[in-house]
Amino acid sequence: MLDILVSGLLLSGTYALVAMGLNLQYGVAKIMNLANGEVLVLGALASFWLFTTQNLSPLITVLILVPLSFIGNWLIYKFLMLPLVRRSKSKGALEVDSILSTFGMSFIIIGIMVSIEGGFFAYKYLSHPIEIIGSTTSVNRLMAFVLASIIALMLYVWLNVSRQGMAVRAVSVSNEAAGLVGINVVAVSGLAFAIGGMVTAIGGALISTFITLDASIGVVYTMKALIIVIMGGVGDIRGSVIAAVILGVVETAVATLVDPGLTLASAYFIFICVLLLRPQGLFGRPTS
Amino acid sequence: MKKGTHLELTIVLCVLAASIFWPLVVNGYWLGIGVDAMMYIALATSWVLFSGPTHYISLASAAFFGVGGFAVGLGMSDYDMSFWSMLIISAVAGTLLAALVGVATLRLSGVYFVIFTLGLAEMIRNLVSWVQNNFLGSRGLYVLTDFNDQHLFWMLLLTTATIYITGWLISRSRLGFALRIIGGDETVAKHVGINTAFAKIILFTTTGLFGAIVGAIIAPRWSYIEPNQVFSPQLSFFVVIMALLGGSGRLWGPIVGVVPFLLIWNWVDANFPSQSILVLGLAFLLIVYFLPRGVLGRLEDLYVKLKKRII
Repeated sequence: MLDILVSGLLLSGTYALVAMGLNLQYGVAKIMNLANGEVLVLGALASFWLFTTQNLSPLITVLILVPLSFIGNWLIYKFLMLPLVRRSKSKGALEVDSILSTFGMSFIIIGIMVSIEGGFFAYKYLSHPIEIIGSTTSVNRLMAFVLASIIALMLYVWLNVSRQGMAVRAVSVSNEAAGLVGINVVAVSGLAFAIGGMVTAIGGALISTFITLDASIGVVYTMKALIIVIMGGVGDIRGSVIAAVILGVVETAVATLVDPGLTLASAYFIFICVLLLRPQGLFGRPTS
Repeated sequence: MKKGTHLELTIVLCVLAASIFWPLVVNGYWLGIGVDAMMYIALATSWVLFSGPTHYISLASAAFFGVGGFAVGLGMSDYDMSFWSMLIISAVAGTLLAALVGVATLRLSGVYFVIFTLGLAEMIRNLVSWVQNNFLGSRGLYVLTDFNDQHLFWMLLLTTATIYITGWLISRSRLGFALRIIGGDETVAKHVGINTAFAKIILFTTTGLFGAIVGAIIAPRWSYIEPNQVFSPQLSFFVVIMALLGGSGRLWGPIVGVVPFLLIWNWVDANFPSQSILVLGLAFLLIVYFLPRGVLGRLEDLYVKLKKRII
């Protein structure tokens, strides 16, 4: 029981980080990014590849990923998403367009990844056991949790304290109103999209230290991140964190008590409950 | 999706009637392509039936298709049922699944629906594999029938014709009118007194029904049924892309989209098998950025332009 709680909690740290990334992309930049999971797996592949060929620690990979994934995602926003934002007449049309084009992106990323590594991204890093509050887990899980929490906390503080963070929050409330008070909505959306993608890629590198991924697993992580964001409420970071903990613990419980093959099914079970009971998110208010 | 005209109905039914002779004039490779094409035309037409008017992107095709195929395998292999009774049971199962998904998601905004259907096939595959491994014994399921590709082709053709006629009738009915308003503006639809959730759910169950039937018909082709094979998430994306390539504005759009895409895909898959998924991605981008209303939409625009120039 305690084991489940501890490893569920440790897992949820990375989930929360990835969900924060998706929240920035959907809540602020208004792009429903269904290639989110593929970006995560790309981060994992970078970590795996650098570790096995260059013997580079995943911690250094994370540092390398920061500028690379930021620039990469910013370019995606600038050249692929912005034209869609410009031509869309309504929120619904943008959603359909962004969903379809991010599908396209996800397949292209999978194609590129398969050509680099077709098998599993398996490597051993800090996999020796460690004991925390009476439960045994591995060092890499703890490290991923601590790092993910630090990055998530930094992001949270930046959003709530800095001037730029305030602009980001303003855009998430309303594009029009933010534009009226002199915020460059396009620039802020691009920034949010890029940071969101960067955080997701970092999350992927962290997850890959203790879960073995492969090129085609991205869609499962997209689903998980989406479920967390919806459960927590779009644009609500506190909600995302709590939702990530719920998903992490429930998933670990199902995996240990019933069958590891049912983690996605358990995520769906949570999803159905959320849709039927609280579609506006854990802390959201119902919109008429 | 526009209101169907009698001319459209006649032309489409003539095209379908002409294709009755396809299995008689070709065999082997081209007959196989014909079965594939007819399968995708059936799936894509039933996709357009729902997603065309509502603009809700459904990725549930693989789930319905898999439920149909798996049900046939399970019934014929483990319970000694006949193919025909299992066909009916899978149709019922597909309809029920669609109704469940609809009730859970279609009362909310479109995004929830897309997300829910995105992982649906994968989730059902996990569940089915788990049930099979733990409760049914992990032996394989066999579907042994006397059907050959010719029979399958004709059954799929009949299904396609049924889907098309159903869609045509719906587009001319009150329900079809309501759906066009929903597609135009859902808030307006609510305000004029349309029960939007109910209309969407009813329409979505037809997609589930036909998806499961197509899956059931294809099952004899494989003879050995495995969850990994029938619940292939890629199928959903194929259906979406073929429907969008043709143009989801008209019910017969998929007929235009399926054949060229299938031929290109087979060529790529034969010559560059490892790059095939990349091509799928590029096809999505091509549609979003250059053919947002499909080939038919592009042709329509050209026609309007030409007409203006002449007048």
